[in-house]
Amino acid sequence: MAREPLVLNNRSMGWITDRICGIVENRQPFIWWVLFVPAVALFSCLAFTLVYLVSTGVGVWGNNQPVAWGWAIVNFVFWIGIGHAGTLISAILFLTRQKWRTSVNRASEAMTLIAVMCAGIYPGFHVGRFWMVWFLAPVPNANAIWQNFKSPLLWDVFAVSTYFTISVIFWYIGLIPDLATLRDRAKKKLPKFLYGFFALGWRGGNRHWRHYEMGYLLLAALSTPLVLSVHSVVSFDFATSVVPGWHTTIFPPYFVAGAIFGGFAMVLTLMLPIRKLYGLEDLITHKHVDNMAKIILLTGTIVGYAYIMELFISYYGANKFEADAFHLRILSGPYTWAYYCMFFCNVIAPQVFWWKWCRHNLWVVFIISNFVNFGMWFERFVIIPTTLARDFLPGQWGYYEPSWVEKLMFAGTFGMFFMLFLLFIRFLPVIAVSEVKGVLPEADPHHPDWKRLREKRRQGTA
Amino acid sequence: MSDSTAKATSLFAYVAEFDNATDLYHAAEKVRDAGFRRWDVHTPYPVHGMDAAMGLGKSWLSAVVLVGGTTGFLFALFLQFFTQVSLYPTVVQNKPTNLFTVPAFFPVTFELTILFSGFSILFGLLIWIMLPRWNHPLFNSSLFPKSTDDGFLMVIESRDPKFKKDKTRDFLTEIGAGEIEEVSH
Repeated sequence: MAREPLVLNNRSMGWITDRICGIVENRQPFIWWVLFVPAVALFSCLAFTLVYLVSTGVGVWGNNQPVAWGWAIVNFVFWIGIGHAGTLISAILFLTRQKWRTSVNRASEAMTLIAVMCAGIYPGFHVGRFWMVWFLAPVPNANAIWQNFKSPLLWDVFAVSTYFTISVIFWYIGLIPDLATLRDRAKKKLPKFLYGFFALGWRGGNRHWRHYEMGYLLLAALSTPLVLSVHSVVSFDFATSVVPGWHTTIFPPYFVAGAIFGGFAMVLTLMLPIRKLYGLEDLITHKHVDNMAKIILLTGTIVGYAYIMELFISYYGANKFEADAFHLRILSGPYTWAYYCMFFCNVIAPQVFWWKWCRHNLWVVFIISNFVNFGMWFERFVIIPTTLARDFLPGQWGYYEPSWVEKLMFAGTFGMFFMLFLLFIRFLPVIAVSEVKGVLPEADPHHPDWKRLREKRRQGTA
Repeated sequence: MSDSTAKATSLFAYVAEFDNATDLYHAAEKVRDAGFRRWDVHTPYPVHGMDAAMGLGKSWLSAVVLVGGTTGFLFALFLQFFTQVSLYPTVVQNKPTNLFTVPAFFPVTFELTILFSGFSILFGLLIWIMLPRWNHPLFNSSLFPKSTDDGFLMVIESRDPKFKKDKTRDFLTEIGAGEIEEVSH
């Protein structure tokens, strides 16, 4: 049984270049503008709410004792989690030699960078006195005091900054050969100058490719433990506390699996419309969508296992407070609706991917991936405000509702996300051109069949 | 002086186009065996096995990155131990701040190791392959833009000791080149 080809219809390298670079070189379809303008409008809402927050004070948010962490942290973890899929596709699928990653890695890495930027807004601004946020950097602060390196909140600063920096480096190094392609095709002066500048004079010589490949491999090897560590460190914000429902060792793997889960759902949410709009069906094939749906199924099942294990241990374990915490979470507390929403969206809904028909019907995939996006936000909501609303002392119990500022700010981050992603599509190659060429059958000099493939192409496509 | 005028329009290299990766690969083996040193192949993607076909060994960028990562590791440990243990012991909730605080210092150490490794990959790679270099005689070639699209080019520079003006051209045709272009400085 032959393997399904990664590029359908026996497309040539020239076709791949033309199709992908054409997106950047030609006019955008009207729908690009239809999506871009509202995204910019939402982004300006974000800017407004941030200014309002800094000028008025953190009291405009809905968090208070006992729920001191509300939507801000939920959204932070949500966006960081989304970013993890990009790194997984780039790094882990590279190390496991999954050639199909080449069609989706560029866009998912861009998604990672933008998601991490959206996430980073929250730790930056939730401090209240935003002008003191430099206190987080490893330099003595205004009172000549060093940071507490033993705090998970500071580990977070290092983890997320490192993650962002390494992702930018990885994305940029991957872009260099493609920028060179755009440079060589550019006819007008400004694009040629800009693409040429950022392509750094790349010439595609094998003496360069061998160091490039080593660098790429090293980045993939570094990014793998990085992506596993970053969301583990984010989970430490909760796991190293003593709050019942948070203080559990299942958090790091649970968070990492959840991040990959949510991230792949967002990748599909983005890639399914893109492949249709820009005619990339031969490059992002049903096989790619099928593989990503399977990963969603796998990670969703792991997340489901984590939920069930949490419930089991709270029942079976000796910690009375943890038992009560989960009882409140699923049966008697004020947020049980959130728990069931989360459980359905994350565990039940993706189970349809066991059926091949569901994985291959792109509407089903699109709808289920949006269920997952929704559900993963709810997971962080269930973990954070729900748990804080019902902790040790009943006298301390409270209820949390987000204020309009928090809601508008969150919507604004979506505006920023889509605005930046649309700009990415407009100016940069949405698929890794050189990498896709490298996985074509004729790219391999030892491939026995390349002559036959070329003949078929000459007869068929011409 | 005839020297400077000669240099201004002197030949930089022959750029030969090959049909596909397999032909380029076999031609590269022959060029390697013929003893050329100042030459390269230009392809839109890294061709598997081309390093061996050109007689090149593995890339030692990994050594640079090892040094970078170790620097990050040691720097992170130094930063944390110096500031939290030596300079002003930061006792938070009676948690120890001494040589045994390693577990608490592990996440930052891990992240800085990776951060420094990442920077050493970026700068190590760029310095090693001597980029950015926005001007190069190859950009004068009309065949060159194909190498970032779908062409397979071989470039043999004139400063190679075995380079002979027309003989090398014939040699290239012999090993399977199609179009051959003379690129000047």
